[in-house]
Amino acid sequence: MNVTANDNNTMITVRNLSKTYSRKGVGEPALQNVSLAVKAGELFGLIGPDGAGKTTLFRILATLLLPGEGEATVCGLDVVTRWREIRARTGYMPGRFSLYQDLSVEENLAFFATVFSASIKENYELIRDIYVHLEPFKNRRAGKLSGGMKQKLALCCALIHRPDVLLLDEPTTGVDPVSRVEFWDMLGRLKQQGIAILVSTPYMDEASRCDRIALMRSGRCLATGTPARICQSYKRPLYSVRSSRMYPLLGHLRSWAGAHSCYAFGHSHHLALKDSATDIASLETYLKEKGYTDALIQPVEPGVEDCFMELGND
Amino acid sequence: MKQFLSFITKEFHHIFRDVRTMIILLIIPVILIILFGYAISTEIKSSPIAILDYSRDNVTRRLAEQLQASEYFKLYRTAGSYEEVETLFRQDKIRLAVIFPAQLAGAGEPSIQILADAANPNEATSLIQYATAIISTSDIAVSSLGAEVRQPGIVPAVNLLYNPQMKGAYNFVPGVMGLILMLVCALMTSVGIVKEKETGAMEVLLVSPLKPVYIILAKATPYLLLSMANIAAILLLSRFLLNVPVAGNLILLVSISILYALVALCLGLFISTIANTQQAAMLLSGMVLMLPVILLSGMVFPVENMPWILRVFSNIVPAKWYIIAVKNVMIKGLGMAFIWKEAGIMLFMILFLIAVSAKRFKTRL
Repeated sequence: MNVTANDNNTMITVRNLSKTYSRKGVGEPALQNVSLAVKAGELFGLIGPDGAGKTTLFRILATLLLPGEGEATVCGLDVVTRWREIRARTGYMPGRFSLYQDLSVEENLAFFATVFSASIKENYELIRDIYVHLEPFKNRRAGKLSGGMKQKLALCCALIHRPDVLLLDEPTTGVDPVSRVEFWDMLGRLKQQGIAILVSTPYMDEASRCDRIALMRSGRCLATGTPARICQSYKRPLYSVRSSRMYPLLGHLRSWAGAHSCYAFGHSHHLALKDSATDIASLETYLKEKGYTDALIQPVEPGVEDCFMELGND
Repeated sequence: MKQFLSFITKEFHHIFRDVRTMIILLIIPVILIILFGYAISTEIKSSPIAILDYSRDNVTRRLAEQLQASEYFKLYRTAGSYEEVETLFRQDKIRLAVIFPAQLAGAGEPSIQILADAANPNEATSLIQYATAIISTSDIAVSSLGAEVRQPGIVPAVNLLYNPQMKGAYNFVPGVMGLILMLVCALMTSVGIVKEKETGAMEVLLVSPLKPVYIILAKATPYLLLSMANIAAILLLSRFLLNVPVAGNLILLVSISILYALVALCLGLFISTIANTQQAAMLLSGMVLMLPVILLSGMVFPVENMPWILRVFSNIVPAKWYIIAVKNVMIKGLGMAFIWKEAGIMLFMILFLIAVSAKRFKTRL
């Protein structure tokens, strides 16, 4: 029996997974009834703020934590019983891992290659795209690299043994915007090699780079699907409102009778209406009454962040 | 094997690139040896004394000269009055005063007054012993005062074995070896392993195909090698700087040191399974390992004089057994037959600690 080849090439499955950290099973659960599946060659994003349970899920999949209830498989292998096999086939990049700061770029890579019984030479093909960015600094200590460079090196180290599954826990946190874009480009090329990639991020704008996403909050999975499908499921009329006095505007918008919710969104406020029948002209009158002469109201398409705000409100 | 070697290479990179680690490994042992060998010494050398001589005759002058000639004493001042002696004591200028009464030679029962500053009782006792010995064995005292008449019937013939000059270094060199091996092996290993946990590297290493036991072994090996280098350095320093020779079998001494280093490594490993941060590991190593080595191993304070509860507790301090074994081999020149008990106890400690640590070591987080 070939355990690795599932019917639809699913590399990661998570079914009704729950996990509570306190010993007796009481207290806030870190994960509650989470289910998802990642196929080979798919880039799957876990989107959610800190404390959503993303790291817990990664650690369970990396066989570092035991699941509380429910089950999880990686490469078709159960994370509880077949952990040793899973460890050999998984590339894991923990969130706070910062490599060995006192080893050079090359030494770090060589070390992880040997530890994972691989060599830089045989898998150079896989990491070449990423490593070309690092090659000029290969004799520099990892501690002296920029945040973006560090993450690229960590990605190389996680890839060096040609894993079937790549688990990346917040790889772009603390990385400058340009490097973040580069990093996602690299992930896009990696999935073409057939690697199943599970990646987490607190940045909503990165959700669109994933094939499918799961919105997570307080240990729960709020929604799963392609970013487009999740945005389509957003039913409320949504407007962006701007004025020269943004801070008091937020309070006034929230206290407006027709408002369902209102939150700061970059340079404007996003306002979700209670129902689609509400006339937006009445909002203009309302704001004029409150003294906002320069208020600019525009309808906007909902994004992943809007969906997240809407789902998290329930 | 290749993985293991590459891991050890990585460890050596860590060690050689960290200034703090290098200081602990290379400078501290030398400082400790010099500190304990010279500065922190229980030996009496050139203690300042005062002499108050009311008699001022030939005999007292000779006695005073002989006191000054000894390496234990140095004349601070010849006092003119008893009040002056008291003042000198109060000002902490002298440790001992010898007062010769008027007409010492002619007196029926010649007696000499010796005053000592007993604020430090051990030192005072030694000083009085030395002074009494010098005076009572002095030829001038014997011939002109008839001091031998007063000797009791039984004369003890004292013969100090193994360390005839009562050098403190003979006691401290084994102690410092015990301390340094504990420092290098236990502290550095525990901090090293906990550091991997703290930085998150352990997460990746655990996920790797590398077996956890190899991770631990690879962490411990460099420190074991370095501690051997330290032992060599200490033995060389003690031989050529402190003049403490190795009386016994060098191979036996090194073997017992390796055994002790293994105990220390296992202790470090055990601590690393408890502590989650480097500070905690350092604190635990410092409090649980270093202090007992200094206080309860018999290195500084004799265990025999402690309350029974501390005496019982001292038995679980590995350094105690190591220091006994090292003294037997290094100072007394005894062979394996005289240290099998100590070696056995340390071996038992190793097995016990490995069993406990193996049980506690987590293959998960």
